[in-house]
Amino acid sequence: MKFSEIWVYLSATPLLGLTVTLVAYQAAFWMYTKLKLNPVANPVAVSVALLVFVLWLTNTPYQTYFEGAQFVHFLLGPATVALAVPLYANLETLKRSLLPLGGALVAGSLVAVASAVGIGWLLGASRESLLSLAPKSVTTPIAMGIAEKLGGLPSLTAVLVVGTGVLGAVLARGILNLMRIEDHAVRGFAVGLAAHGIGTARAFQVSETMGAFAGLAMGLNGLLTAFLFPLLVRLWGA
Amino acid sequence: MQLTGLPVPGPVVGMLLLFITLIARGSVPETFRNTAQQLLSHLSLLFVPAGVGVMLHFGRLGKEWLALSVALVASTVITIAVTALVMRLLQRR
Repeated sequence: MKFSEIWVYLSATPLLGLTVTLVAYQAAFWMYTKLKLNPVANPVAVSVALLVFVLWLTNTPYQTYFEGAQFVHFLLGPATVALAVPLYANLETLKRSLLPLGGALVAGSLVAVASAVGIGWLLGASRESLLSLAPKSVTTPIAMGIAEKLGGLPSLTAVLVVGTGVLGAVLARGILNLMRIEDHAVRGFAVGLAAHGIGTARAFQVSETMGAFAGLAMGLNGLLTAFLFPLLVRLWGA
Repeated sequence: MQLTGLPVPGPVVGMLLLFITLIARGSVPETFRNTAQQLLSHLSLLFVPAGVGVMLHFGRLGKEWLALSVALVASTVITIAVTALVMRLLQRR
């Protein structure tokens, strides 16, 4: 079978979106390893850039692409549920340092929402954009769910969430080095809380401890924001 | 979630239920742990389709790019710093 025949077959089925996603991610991840896991070459950002370029070049609408890519996207739901496993694995740590973790969680969670909405509002972002921006530090399926139910734009939220994750993964090392924080538990927890799954994926590449704490922070922040945020909005009557 | 009237996304409820189940059970079955690890080790791939959705918002981003990008960068930096700071301060007590 010639390559062009494969292309003709693929382009007529939803499998195209799935295939290009996997190929783009493979390429981005290969580049990431070649660059010795430099956070600037974040595989999510590189894959997204590659795919947007390919779709633009071939004049393919996002809806057509998503028909295939939804099979990857769908797995975010089960992956969120699966977060309970690392959360449970860290149950002892959680019990031991309930105060530092709880305090950091509540402070970080509130600051993440308040600073994003506050700065966006000061700079004149629209109401829809602000509602989509608010859950940006929470992992995608949770953030999209929150935005959708509050009148934001879930697909814009997804973009802002991914942007936050990439930024967090890229910037965390510099910020935490500047603050002279060396403890991998603290570094991981901060990255996971601010930059959810993308920060956690990055943390796991640095060390097991850092990854575990990042995963813990991501799970807890997702839970807290999902329960607290709607209450806050209701209180404000927004 | 219909029960409380709060708009909590389904996967979060699932995660909470699984967490409670694991605590009640007292251990994670081997095969289950492997499946969860497999799924989570490819976590960054799962964000790609949603990220490509950026192409739907080029218009809005063109108008509000400054507010949104400043908010994202500043908020991410502040969140990482505050979280790390609070955790370290409470650890030392």
